[in-house]
Amino acid sequence: MKGTNLGEFEELVLLTIAALVNDAYSVAICDELEKYTGRVAKLGVVHAVLNRLEEKGLVKSRMGEATSERGGKRKRFYEVSHAGKVALTRSKEVREALWRVIPGFNLEGSV
Amino acid sequence: MKTSAQKPPQPPRWARTLLRWYCRRDLLEDLEGDMNEYFERNLKTKGIRHARWIYMLDALKFFRPYTIRKPEFINLFIHWLMLGSYLKTSRRSLVRNKLFSAINIIGLAVSMSVGLLVIAFLTDLFSYDLFHEKRHRIYRLLTRHESAEHNIMNFASTSLKAGYKIRETIPGVEDVTLIRRGFYSDAKVNDETIIPLEATWADPSFLKIFTFPMLKGNPATALKEPYSLVVTEKTAHKLFGETEALGKTVRFDTVNYTVTGVLKDIPKLSHIRFEALVSLSSMLGQKADSDGGVMDWNNIYQNYVYLTLPENANLAAIQAGLDRISTAENATLDRQKIDLSLQPMDKIVFSERLSNEIGVNIPQPVAWILIGLAFVVILSACFNYTNLSIARSMRRSREVGIRKVIGALKNHVLGQFMAESVIISVMALVFSFLLFLILRSQFMALAPQLADIVSLELSPMLILYFLLLALVVGLGAGFLPALFYSRIQAIQAMKDASSLKVFRHVNMRKTLIVVQYTFSLIFITTTLIGYKQYRGFLSFDLGFTTENILNIRMQGNKSSLLKKELAEIPAVSQIATSRMITSLGSLYGTQLKYKGHGVQDSAMVWLNFVDENYIPLHKHRFLAGTNFKNRPTSGNETEVIVNEQVLKRFHIAERNPAEAVGKQVVLDNKPLTIVGVLKDFHYGTMDHKIEPTVFRYSSEETGGNLNVGIKSEDYPAALSSIEAAWQKIDKIHPLKAAFYDDQIEEAYKQFEVMVKVIGFITFLAICIASMGLFGMVVFTTETRLKEISIRKVLGATESGLIFHLSKGFLLLLLIATLVALPVTYIFFDQYVLTKFEYHQPIGVIELVISVLVVMALAFLLIGSQTLKAARSNPAKVLKSE
Repeated sequence: MKGTNLGEFEELVLLTIAALVNDAYSVAICDELEKYTGRVAKLGVVHAVLNRLEEKGLVKSRMGEATSERGGKRKRFYEVSHAGKVALTRSKEVREALWRVIPGFNLEGSV
Repeated sequence: MKTSAQKPPQPPRWARTLLRWYCRRDLLEDLEGDMNEYFERNLKTKGIRHARWIYMLDALKFFRPYTIRKPEFINLFIHWLMLGSYLKTSRRSLVRNKLFSAINIIGLAVSMSVGLLVIAFLTDLFSYDLFHEKRHRIYRLLTRHESAEHNIMNFASTSLKAGYKIRETIPGVEDVTLIRRGFYSDAKVNDETIIPLEATWADPSFLKIFTFPMLKGNPATALKEPYSLVVTEKTAHKLFGETEALGKTVRFDTVNYTVTGVLKDIPKLSHIRFEALVSLSSMLGQKADSDGGVMDWNNIYQNYVYLTLPENANLAAIQAGLDRISTAENATLDRQKIDLSLQPMDKIVFSERLSNEIGVNIPQPVAWILIGLAFVVILSACFNYTNLSIARSMRRSREVGIRKVIGALKNHVLGQFMAESVIISVMALVFSFLLFLILRSQFMALAPQLADIVSLELSPMLILYFLLLALVVGLGAGFLPALFYSRIQAIQAMKDASSLKVFRHVNMRKTLIVVQYTFSLIFITTTLIGYKQYRGFLSFDLGFTTENILNIRMQGNKSSLLKKELAEIPAVSQIATSRMITSLGSLYGTQLKYKGHGVQDSAMVWLNFVDENYIPLHKHRFLAGTNFKNRPTSGNETEVIVNEQVLKRFHIAERNPAEAVGKQVVLDNKPLTIVGVLKDFHYGTMDHKIEPTVFRYSSEETGGNLNVGIKSEDYPAALSSIEAAWQKIDKIHPLKAAFYDDQIEEAYKQFEVMVKVIGFITFLAICIASMGLFGMVVFTTETRLKEISIRKVLGATESGLIFHLSKGFLLLLLIATLVALPVTYIFFDQYVLTKFEYHQPIGVIELVISVLVVMALAFLLIGSQTLKAARSNPAKVLKSE
């Protein structure tokens, strides 16, 4: 099943959603990603990933309230689902397990 | 710009509409919101133009598989379910309004039949040469010749030398073939059968480049050896009957040719046509022909070069190679310039006019004019449909209202009315197809050349195009009414149909009528002016008489023999000889040199070789001097007769004809004395100015003509005795004789065809416009019947009512007249007639007549209906309320 495997960018987006807590909607996610990674996050890319994550069941979404901003259009807020949380934890565990088996790792010489 | 300052800048509207159209409903709202947010952000940081630009790009970029709305099958399903209902209501409405249905269907059918004809004609033209397997890589060599007088002519023909040079010096050319025309000879088989044959010289590459499948023989070697002959199946049958042709001998003149191959018959839609091919090597073996060295660089009149290039060839490099060849060769010419260029095969049929075209050529403007005419006529019929449908909207708005109340959406109604118009246009297609079958034979009979160019045969592809046309016409005609109906508000329609703004689109409808009538008027004036010009060409005073002169082509026979036979026929008055028949479009020129005031001057003059009887027979007028006095039997001519233009061009004797007689000029290195000066006469057709022309003496023209004056009124009897005389001297070739007047008519045949075609289109356009107008008048008077009755009760007179009812329409016709007449006048005055040196003036009479015809017809239509309405009994009309 493709559902549980997380891509690198997907993981970043998922983490951002978790970090933004109640304010996670597409434009905010883009800004937050840009702030942390330094990469320009295009709306088109993020939008596609959000759609995919929702299809996989890793996030849930709900529509917000209409305001006078955004031409009166409502925002779609995202929230990490239970399956999303499991996937995040799992990928973190995998990484940590790998970190642990690397002997005497340091940054000297490689940077 | 106060309003825009108050309103905040908006994203581009079309981009938003696009997004809303394709995007899934559940994604749309927040996506649009996101884009708005970015738009506002960009507006602050980057400015309005940048922000709008990014918005547009985003709207396009979000078009992705996951955002695209799936087609709403339920909608299509509803359309499908409702199709039966649409058909039923359409049928009912068709039957209920017989007049409107008839106007629509007949109008569409008639106009579409012209459309079908044009489609069939163009399809045939576009199908030319498609059978050549290498057609995408075949090119023809074109020649541009600039003479010492800077006259530029473009030829489809070229020199053999150019072909050889390309083969030798230009790399990257796959294959080159050389063709030469002009092999006309009598083929003798076993000294019995004698059949005149027209063949083309070709080299062995010919059969490699072109796809002419060989039934018998070896294509690689068939055209290699001198005196090889490759015949088509048809020619083989003509020459040898049922017996095997391959390996047989055919004698032309004194030389024996061997048949080395039999080709499948040439498809009709081929721009190269021939009865037989003769190996080019057989011609190069012979002595140089009459127009100088065959291999000369400026021998560009009879030869054709075709070449194949590899896929993705570098055309610029090849053109550079051609330019190198012409630069090198032009150095050998005296004050002339010859340039070469390539023409792709698919451009040959639709190329610009070239001299010495080898086969069919339709100038592109002709194709565009045909398409334009058909388009205008079809459009006119579509206007009728649109107009009448919208005018009738009041009656059907209740139906639409009920449909909407039951739950039909806007696009359901739209679909319904589009379906209805397509049904009508398909019905019209059936009628128009029958009309097309009749029109086709009429069209082919217009000019015998047409049957040679196209076949107009039906094919599955053509039928498909026809259906496509019906579909396009249906959708085009039905779109506006459908849009109008789909916008009807259900409540309004149900509550009170008359409150609907039926007359809201009145301006659009009026415009459509004006456009229709403008076109009708333009067409009819064009026809009348064209007809007058054409008659003018025929009756034009050429400067000599052509009446009762029969021209007989000698076809290689000695004219003295025929003269002797003809002299015995009592109906024959005079017999003259001439090399060519002038004023029919053929030209024959040479260089004339004159030394006056110590300066040598040379220029081109037109030329004809005639005998002493020619000038009296044609009643040319002498200004000074006499007819030929020295009448040598061969070659030793000393005299020349010139026209006034020669004196003018060379300043001979200060243009004084009497003094010019006796002056010496040089023609083809022969010193000749001017013995007579003729009044100017026409040598070319009406599109040429009268230019310097000379007559030289020749008593014997085997390749020319006999000009026979007929004095009897009984032409059939005279012709049959001439036919009998011809039979005595030539048993092989049938007599080719025609009256000079008929030949002139033939020379201007294209104008006659044009006048007929445009005349027919005019007829259709006027019919369609009249039907449309009639429909509108009927509708208007019907809806205003109550108003008329009240006016009548209040004391209005009949004539007053008629005027009141028709003045609106008359105003429209007046506008159409004011637009159409100046347009036609300017078009002819500035563009068409400037192409003819001699033409009739554009008469006011034609313009007035055309307006009168159209107006009279319109008056009749309007008058009959308004009179009917004005005469109706007001009591009856008002009682029924």
